[in-house]
Amino acid sequence: MIALPLLVALPFLALPLVAMGLRARPAAAPLLALLPFGLFLALLLLPPGAAFTAERLPSLGLETSFRLDGLSRLMALLITGIGAGIFLYASAYLKGHAALHRFLAVLTLFMGAMLGAVLADDLFSLFVFWELTSLASFMLIGFDHERAAARRAAQQGLMVTVAGGLAMLAGFLLLAAAAGTTRISLILEQAGALAAHPFAPWIILLVAGGCFAKSAQWPLHFWLPNAMAAPAPVSAYLHSATMVKLGVYLLARLNPAFQEAVLWQGLLTGAGGLTMLTGALLALRERDLKRKLAWSTVVALGTLVTLIGLEEPLSATAAVVFLLVHALYKASLFLISGIVDKKAGTRDALVLRGLARAMPLTALAAALAGLSMAGAPGFIGAFAKDLLFTVQLGVPGLLPAIALAVNAAMVVVAGVVAARPFMGRPMEADRAVKEPPLAMLAPPLLLAVLGLLFGLLPGPISAALIEPAAGAILGRPTGVALGEKQGDELVLLLSLAALGVGVVMYLGWSRLQPRLAGQEWLDRYGPDSAYGEVLRAVSRTAVALTRRVQAGSLRRYLSLTLLMVFGGAGLVLVLAGGLAIPGQAAPVRVEQALLVLLIAAGAAAAALMRDLFAQVMGAALVGFGAGLLFLTLGAPDLAFTQFTVEVIAVVLLVAILARLPFRALDARRAAERRNDAILAGVVGAVGVAVMLAILSVPFDPRIPEWMGQAAVPEAKGRNVVNVVIVDFRALDTLGEIAVLLIAALAAAALLAKRGGRREP
Amino acid sequence: MEILLALLFGVLLAGAVHLLLARSLPRVILGLLLLGNAANIAILAGGRVLGTAPPLVSPGAQALAAGAANPLPQALVLTAIVISFGLTAFVMVLAWAVWKGEAVVDAEALRSAEPPALPSTDPAEAAEAEPSAEAR
Amino acid sequence: MKESLILQSSARYVLWTSLAVSLFILLRGHNEPGGGFIGGLVGALGFVFHALALGQGATRRLLRLDPLAWAGLGLLAAALAGLPALLHHGEPFLTQQWLAGTPIGTALLFDLGVYLVVVGFALAFVLPFLEE
Repeated sequence: MIALPLLVALPFLALPLVAMGLRARPAAAPLLALLPFGLFLALLLLPPGAAFTAERLPSLGLETSFRLDGLSRLMALLITGIGAGIFLYASAYLKGHAALHRFLAVLTLFMGAMLGAVLADDLFSLFVFWELTSLASFMLIGFDHERAAARRAAQQGLMVTVAGGLAMLAGFLLLAAAAGTTRISLILEQAGALAAHPFAPWIILLVAGGCFAKSAQWPLHFWLPNAMAAPAPVSAYLHSATMVKLGVYLLARLNPAFQEAVLWQGLLTGAGGLTMLTGALLALRERDLKRKLAWSTVVALGTLVTLIGLEEPLSATAAVVFLLVHALYKASLFLISGIVDKKAGTRDALVLRGLARAMPLTALAAALAGLSMAGAPGFIGAFAKDLLFTVQLGVPGLLPAIALAVNAAMVVVAGVVAARPFMGRPMEADRAVKEPPLAMLAPPLLLAVLGLLFGLLPGPISAALIEPAAGAILGRPTGVALGEKQGDELVLLLSLAALGVGVVMYLGWSRLQPRLAGQEWLDRYGPDSAYGEVLRAVSRTAVALTRRVQAGSLRRYLSLTLLMVFGGAGLVLVLAGGLAIPGQAAPVRVEQALLVLLIAAGAAAAALMRDLFAQVMGAALVGFGAGLLFLTLGAPDLAFTQFTVEVIAVVLLVAILARLPFRALDARRAAERRNDAILAGVVGAVGVAVMLAILSVPFDPRIPEWMGQAAVPEAKGRNVVNVVIVDFRALDTLGEIAVLLIAALAAAALLAKRGGRREP
Repeated sequence: MEILLALLFGVLLAGAVHLLLARSLPRVILGLLLLGNAANIAILAGGRVLGTAPPLVSPGAQALAAGAANPLPQALVLTAIVISFGLTAFVMVLAWAVWKGEAVVDAEALRSAEPPALPSTDPAEAAEAEPSAEAR
Repeated sequence: MKESLILQSSARYVLWTSLAVSLFILLRGHNEPGGGFIGGLVGALGFVFHALALGQGATRRLLRLDPLAWAGLGLLAAALAGLPALLHHGEPFLTQQWLAGTPIGTALLFDLGVYLVVVGFALAFVLPFLEE
């Protein structure tokens, strides 16, 4: 089914067109919404169960697979469907912005990555797309990069999600090792065996860690509200409807494999419950509309994770319904908060009021979305709420109480965000408040109306979307249809109680909020400040470590390196019994012995004389002596090369030394010189020992013998050395002359730098 | 012969290290020259002294006669001579550029890249240093 | 050194002689001691002598191209020498080829490339430090 990878590839292929085309013609931006809309239609037409696999490295078991099942289909439809609205909205929201083309290009990239992540059927493709969404999120949160807060939020989001992603990669590697395959659909088939595998606890911890970071679960939830520094369409798209659901998606995807494990259930319900509570408390405390919505998103994500952790057929259905419901109303509310922010000039819930008269359609959209969020009868939100209560009542322990409190808090948030800004006397604004353009109004209104429509006619989506997705989470059909009465009287009662408590709290919220906001310990001791502390500690440690390791002294670096290398080599030689004297050796001729003595004397002069000129003479003696020694060893080519190089080197050395100050006396103190001499002696001695050990190994003459025999017949040359250079090892020579050229280029760059003398 | 070459390698290596550790850059350059020679001797000795005749096939013959030297280390050393000259020459130019730019030839005085006091790398402090436009 | 008349008048002859010698060394290198590296170094020595006597400006004018450009051409020539093997015979890169029955082949082009790189490289280092 080639259509699947094509669907994923399309947004990526469109990227250059989007970036360059919209730069030239920003007015065409609304047309870009056709891309996600087209993908949405294509996804509707694709048969469920479509799959695609392409092997990449069969020897390593690497492949690229895509697969469309109920769960990934629901996610992909949300990504493209809501995406169409978001693209339309964004083109109006950022109309006239100089970087609109960049914004929409990154948004397109994000959509492609999201589609890839939910459609991928192999762990590593999933991982790559997963990380791509983190990168896109980083660029979108930091879109307003001239603000420090946006940069910090972007960095924080990236750090948290990518750190989680790394943990997840480790988990994936273990999972692939345990299952013997990277294909997710094959992994899920061996569900029972995997949960009992010895790796299972590690896999669960690592993969869940990555999902918790992505889906903002306690204690990694703090990045999400900070991410509200992004423009409103980003908050609606990435940080409520799609990207933050990716963690939930993966947990749901892997649920059939691990649902039997107690650790899985405990981890998910525990983290989810804590996340719900934390999010609810902080949502009540917040007065910025967008951050308030962000905290309620944290609550929703916690709810979803809890539902996946509960092992009941009904909980899977509840999770899917709630995921859909939340995506609809939360995206809508985020978009509305963007409208309010733009038109009324503030997002402060305590200031905003009476906007309904100036923007009735916006108020209508807000009311519909808010009612769905509060779970009012007739809206699809009501089903979600009933299912939630039914599931959570069935669980012993604290969960029902948490559910009640959290639901009441959500009613308050819905009221404060969706009703309060629009009711009452019109506020005093510094501008004339009016309805936004249609491109900004239509998406939130449509999403909110869908919430009502699905609530009135639950049948079609239940069979087409909900049941297949819930079945994928559970690993078997759920047998639950939406619209059937699930709960009993108690559920109804609880539902009404949550509504009642919520309404009462909403009425007193303007008095409750300042009291909650006064609790400053919540800011001081949260994970957000811990994150800051960790970053500061990393910087401090890095600086302290750098001061120690990078002391800025060439002498110290060199001494340490030499000590490590030659000390280590000496230690190995002594401990492993490598000390040896070669038995056989060629005889020494008189002239060779004399030349060796001459070279050694030259080296001693170069190293020990005080006068620089005498040192240069000593070094030249070494070079010419070595050339003569090469002659006696049957290497005329080497001798000639050495002589000519020596002449050129001496010319260059003298030319350069003549430009350097001749006062360059050895500035080492006596103790330093003594230590250096000792180190030099040790290095020399170890060097001799290593050479002797090498020479003690029996010599294998096959290579030189082959070279001697092949030179004439195969390379048509009688000088074997030259044949080796230009033929047998020609590639090596090519690399070496490239190095020569690079050295000359680097020197040319140094010479071309004509800077003034800097003050020391 | 090989043992003698090994000893010579040790002497050249020790001399090179002693010079490389010096504080004045001209000495460091001389140290590099010696180090290059030491490496060449080591490679040559590692290929053994199989013979002292040049590895040239006699005209008309098809293969190298016995008693010829090992051609492989010679080829390696030949390029190594030129490469080590390239390295040394580059360091010479570098020393000259350092003298031109910084007016020092003392390796210990070269601290531009690693100054005694590092600038702050704390992102939070950097963020606080500029005005925040966000209204909470 | 500029004031030495003998040096100045002999520089040109020394240069051409050493270039001729260097080419001879390059060409015979496949069969007798010699080759691109040694030839290149001898050729570079001739230019260095020329520059010492007449100033580096005169040498640069004689070279026409920048030494780095000569070195770049050499690297290109050596790399090109590896292509015929790929194109015509499906053999690995840099498997040297010969015109049937002659000693002329890609190995010679390769060695010429080495020669040019060595000349250019040595002059790129030395010339800037010689007097004008």
